[in-house]
Order: sequence, then structure tokens, then C-alpha cells
Amino acid sequence: MMGASGGFSAYVRRDLLLAYRRRGEAASPIIFFLLVSTLIPLGVSPDSARLAELAPGIIWVMALLATLLSTESLFASDYQDGSLEQMLITPQLLVLPVLGKVTAHWLVTGLPLTLVSPVIGVMLSLPTAGTVPMMASLALGTACLSLIGAVGAALTVSLRKGGLLLSVLVIPLYMPVIIFGSASVQSAIDGLNWFGPLAVLGAMLSAAIVLCPLAIAGALRLVSNN
Amino acid sequence: MPILWHNVPRKNNQIAEKSLPTESLLTVDELAYERDDCNVFNPINLVVEAGDILQIEGANGAGKTTLMRLLTSALQQTSGSIAYQGQSIAQCRYEYLADILYIGHQSGTKMGLSPAENLRWMSPASTSKADITHALENLGLAGYTDVPCYSLSAGQHRRVALARLATSQAKIWYLDEPFTAIDKQGVKAIEKQLQNHAEQGGAVVLSTHQDLALDTVRKYSIEAHADRGALQ
Repeated sequence: MMGASGGFSAYVRRDLLLAYRRRGEAASPIIFFLLVSTLIPLGVSPDSARLAELAPGIIWVMALLATLLSTESLFASDYQDGSLEQMLITPQLLVLPVLGKVTAHWLVTGLPLTLVSPVIGVMLSLPTAGTVPMMASLALGTACLSLIGAVGAALTVSLRKGGLLLSVLVIPLYMPVIIFGSASVQSAIDGLNWFGPLAVLGAMLSAAIVLCPLAIAGALRLVSNN
Repeated sequence: MPILWHNVPRKNNQIAEKSLPTESLLTVDELAYERDDCNVFNPINLVVEAGDILQIEGANGAGKTTLMRLLTSALQQTSGSIAYQGQSIAQCRYEYLADILYIGHQSGTKMGLSPAENLRWMSPASTSKADITHALENLGLAGYTDVPCYSLSAGQHRRVALARLATSQAKIWYLDEPFTAIDKQGVKAIEKQLQNHAEQGGAVVLSTHQDLALDTVRKYSIEAHADRGALQ
């Protein structure tokens, strides 16, 4: 049994459908991303030269926070309504549904963040040379963030207010991603080769795709065993 | 690898020597579970044969749900063994999980999905659309199949979860308090399904405080372990 619900794609489709049913909630990271970036010119300086200097870092930090915002709820509703337990006792490898859920999470947060980032780039006077590297690095980087964040979300799923603990667990692991992500944008603006940092991000993503689902599956089993 | 190699012919011999009816569907031997260094219940020994309906009884907090979760392998036991058709469930995990259905307190119904979508999700891939509609109508959910689940009552939620019984191909059903919030007609309809399942060679393990109107029910009482009394 559980044939239809078994695999990777079934979980992607179900989570996308659920996100579509709760559009307001699903859109909150993007709205957060857009709103906060309007504050930067007001709070820092409307001077485009100063903004341009800060833009790569600011965009990356905000993308990171927006992802973190939605990570906490990744397994929360499944844990509460019992579907997590059902997932754990399906006769198949747990990494597939886990990877499906993380993919759906990226499609709902990371991908839209990547797509709206040029708008933020214009708002923060990001030099045009940085736009393509920014989108490329965000696409790879937010996928890393979703995978790493999911490990933290799995570990803290049984806690009532795991939000702070989740940030403490996950932010140190986010650091390499943000370093190479903003470095690739900065290199492009400075006229240097930006493929290097981007390739490192790609390598991190490859490692995360292999390792994180195992860690998430292990964490979920650990949590359910209590 | 050598261990695997030795196991394969032995398993085949077992099947050849003993025909299926003599092999118990489920054998639980001295099963114990410790939480915070404290035994939850007295060691459990039970056998479930094909055609059995086994009612787990016990006071609140005696460990009925814990037992259910142990039997479905959602929890790992501290000691003792659970064997499915004579083989430890750790060894035949995938075969075992493919043959069981578990409906717990939290049934896994998604609030954002409709009853039909929920049942589709939780049923085998081969289930047809007509089967799904039929299963829901049988449990009095006709007219509710396409409304979101968050607009349903508690009893109707339970019915959505229990509609899985009609589409499931599992041999052993584990039902934890299946009748919570279900009205009298609903209980009757579900009891009938349990009986049909048992008559077709399946088995049902359920925990409930209600007396079932079935004459074939066996009862098993579990008691909280003395350890836990001492703590309180």
C-alpha cells in the first residue's frame, strides 16, 4: 500500500498543493524579503553609490532570513497531524519523501526569492553586472539553505517553540553558503571571474543533496522515537 | 553479507515446511519499552492469527498507544521481539510495513486537502476514483468529498481517516481509539468492516474503551509497570 504516496514526486506535488491552498502563508517569506529591502535605503542611505556597495551582502542576508522564516514550519504541520508518523512507517526509503518535501520547500521559497531578486537589485542600486551572478548564486544557495535548514527543522520539530534553537543550530551551517554566495556577486561587480565562488556553491549543493536527506531522515526517526 | 546468504535458503525452507495457516501472523514475545529508564508496561506476550480481532484494553496511561507505536515500528522496543509470519520485523521490515495499516490518534489527515484528496493520498496507487468516492460515501461523507477538511467536524475527520479501511490492502490493521468522536451508526459501520476484514483472513488490533458488538473479539489487557507507580 501507500504506492501513490510513496515516492519523491508524490510528496513534491502534495506539498505544492498544500502551499497553494495556504497561499498567504506560503508567500510570507517573499513579502518579508520585499518589505525589508524597502527599509534599507530609508535606514542606511538613499545614495546609490553607498547602496551599491552594500547590496550583494544585504540581499544575501535577507534571502537567508526569509528562508529561515519558513524553515521552522517545514515538518511542523506533518508532525502535528500525524502524517509524519505515517511517512516513517511507509515501506520505502525515507530519504525520498524527505527530499521531496525539501524540494517543494525550495520551489515555494528559494525559487521565488531568486526570481524577485532583480527587483530588489534595482531598489538597492545593484550594478547590472551583478544581476545574473546574483540570481545564479541565489538559485544554488537557497537550495543549500533549504536542505541545511530542514535538518534543523527535523531536529526541533517536537519542541513547542523551537524557532530560536533552530536559528542557533542552523545559522553557523549557513555561513559558508552566504560567504560564497555574496562573494560570487561581488566578484562579478568588481569585474573578476565569478564562476569560482559559484562552483563552490554548486559543490556544496551536491554534497547537501546527498548528505542532508540522510541527516533529516535520521533526525525524524530520532524525534519519533521519543 | 555472509549472514544474508545464510538467511535466504533458511527462509525458503521455513515456507516450504510450514504452510501459511500454521504460521502466526504476528508473534510478540516479552516486549518491553523503557521511557526515562522506567518500564512503561509489564512485558507483553501476544499472538495474532489471521482472522483475529484483538482488543487492547488498559487504563488511561497504561501504554496502549505506546504498544501500537511499537507494533507499527514507529518506536523501537527496549527488549523483546515482534515477529511477522515467523520472521523478526527488523529483518522483513519492508514486507511488514507494506502489509500493515496504522491509524493513530493523529490520523495523518491534512486539513488543507479535501476528504477525497486525503483518501487518494493514503490509499494504494491502484485505487480507482470510484473506489474512493464509494469508500467516503459508505462512511456518510457523501456531499463532503470535495470540501476542505478544516471545515469538517471532529467526527467527520475521524471518518475520513477510517475510510482508508475500505481502500487498504493491508493484512493487519492497527487502530488506536478508532471510535473517538464517531456516532453510533458510524461505529456499527466500522465494526462491520472490521468483521469483514477478519473473515477475509486479515487481522485487526485495536485499542478502545468501548465494548464491541462483535462476538469474535479477543481481549488483551496491558498494565502499567510497577516502576511508574513508584515514581509518582
